[in-house]
Amino acid sequence: MNPWPFVVAAYAVAILLTAALLLWSFASMRRAEAAADAITRK
Amino acid sequence: MHALANPARFLRIARPATSWLLLVGLALAIGGMVAGLTLTPPDYLQGETVRILYIHVPSAWLGMAGWAGIAAASVSQLVWRHPLAAVAGRAAAPAGATFAAICLVTGSIWGRPTWGTWWEWDGRLTSMLVLFFLYLGYIALGSAERERGGEGRIAAIYGLVGAINLPIIHYSVLWWRTLHQGQSIGLSGSSIDNSILWPLPLTMVGFTCLFGAAVLMRMRAELAETKVEARMRRMGTA
Repeated sequence: MNPWPFVVAAYAVAILLTAALLLWSFASMRRAEAAADAITRK
Repeated sequence: MHALANPARFLRIARPATSWLLLVGLALAIGGMVAGLTLTPPDYLQGETVRILYIHVPSAWLGMAGWAGIAAASVSQLVWRHPLAAVAGRAAAPAGATFAAICLVTGSIWGRPTWGTWWEWDGRLTSMLVLFFLYLGYIALGSAERERGGEGRIAAIYGLVGAINLPIIHYSVLWWRTLHQGQSIGLSGSSIDNSILWPLPLTMVGFTCLFGAAVLMRMRAELAETKVEARMRRMGTA
């Protein structure tokens, strides 16, 4: 059994899920902080 | 820890810390993964599949460390009423759930060529799956309590009770000797050869920094949302 497809699949899952977590956290932080800044300036 | 009880003081530290954790985490995690894929020899028994170790072990550690963090935040909330403890617990849960999921999926992918099966109801695998479901329950409970304006005490108690699963995961390979191998890396040393082991600390520290960055970003998001909600309430009552 060729092991490389399993290795590539495992790394792809780890990278995609970590990237999704970081992007979601970053986007929600930017959106919330922009809303807080906007309401403070009012 | 009580020095950080003031959200303004916490944010003064969290803002630069987020960027640093992201930068250092990305550099170490990418460096460790590239080294693990290209610079280490295959294992004499497992062959090339041993390379999954460099992502599987950090994700297992972070899945468990995430819940240990939730339990510590729960104690801090219930005993000392730390104002940021509930925020920290809710922020740690999605990151912990993500790494618990990565641990389960990468372990399953490793198991197919090594054990000949995608899944086995072995003690370690089952207790890790229970941890993932505990995370989902905590996320649902935490957001439900926050939506109805609660202090998060029920989620904190749930976080403490769920910590019972951590020693079960750790000792599962000793209590039920089924498919998952015993501990290879301990405080006294490692049974893995150094030529294979050396990129592992890079991915361990790298993914831990990324975990920390994700938690800080979620905490900053929740503090900003709370600020907006408080301002809207004041505007509504004025």
